[in-house]
Amino acid sequence: MSTNEWPLWEVFIRSKQGLNHKHVGSLRAADADMALQNARDVYTRRSEGISIWVVPSALIVASDPADSDAYFEPSESKVYRHPTFYELPDGIEHM
Amino acid sequence: MMNATYKFLLRLGDDSLILGQRLAELCGHGPILEEDIALTNIALDLIGQATNIYTYAAAVEGKGSDADALAFLRLEHQYYNAVLVEQPNGNFADTIVRQFFFDAFRTLLFEKLLSSSDKQLAAIAEKSLKETRYHLKHSSEWLIRLGDGTALSHERAQMAIYELWRYTDELFYMDEVEQDLLNEGVITDIAALKSEWMTNISVVLNQATLTLPENQGFFGAGRKGRHSEHMGFILAQLQYMQRAYPNMQW
Repeated sequence: MSTNEWPLWEVFIRSKQGLNHKHVGSLRAADADMALQNARDVYTRRSEGISIWVVPSALIVASDPADSDAYFEPSESKVYRHPTFYELPDGIEHM
Repeated sequence: MMNATYKFLLRLGDDSLILGQRLAELCGHGPILEEDIALTNIALDLIGQATNIYTYAAAVEGKGSDADALAFLRLEHQYYNAVLVEQPNGNFADTIVRQFFFDAFRTLLFEKLLSSSDKQLAAIAEKSLKETRYHLKHSSEWLIRLGDGTALSHERAQMAIYELWRYTDELFYMDEVEQDLLNEGVITDIAALKSEWMTNISVVLNQATLTLPENQGFFGAGRKGRHSEHMGFILAQLQYMQRAYPNMQW
């Protein structure tokens, strides 16, 4: 693999309907301007979005898969954190 | 004598189609994945513009022709694109410089055509302008990167400018076709766009540390249907399916 590849960037797109930017993929670009243009060309060709964020992948801090038991398992036994024990009044839709 | 609007539309549409076809050759061959997609997007924009322009041209001509017939079934001397757009893709700098000269011209032209007395033409210009502005941004930024990049990229960009400069004057060509339409308020004075074009490209070229040749060598009579040696090969590929299987659809 070439050692002089351009840095990797993560791309986030906000769709027309959605409220928040969602991660859609990654790409390579020499700098932020090029990353934004490449994101436009690669990830919005089918009208996927109206706003783009690009973030250098190197700046993302990720959880370690080795920690996933300690991180995530404790919440699995706590079903009461989901608001599923309420009776909905009549007339409330789309919950 | 061909209707002036019809002939002008062919000149306009042929620029889009032939450059679109040229860029489409790069599909799968771009220098990097992201740029491959970007160039193909531009190719599709241009072919889309050609479709709109030819559809209107066929209606203006009123002989029952359509966009496909205009795109695929004319002979070489019946295409009126500028010779610039049929030049080979060459290296990446050649592709970008050709695109840059063209985009800078097209942006100005479409801006002026917004106020055309021909409402359909104004609508086509409005739709195309959004695409063309992005194309210009894309080619300008690449030209700056190449010109102000490494010694090799600078040299190639500069060579591309020396090579392609000679074809740029034809973009501002006008004859009785454009003159008639100018008098009727359908189009702008295309020859007069040149000074603004020079100003606009100079800003980018300065940033790119690239220079223009001193001489204005004029070459190209594509607007009259006389093309460079490359045109026949482009048409051979472009028209193959319709020539081999007439009226085929898919």
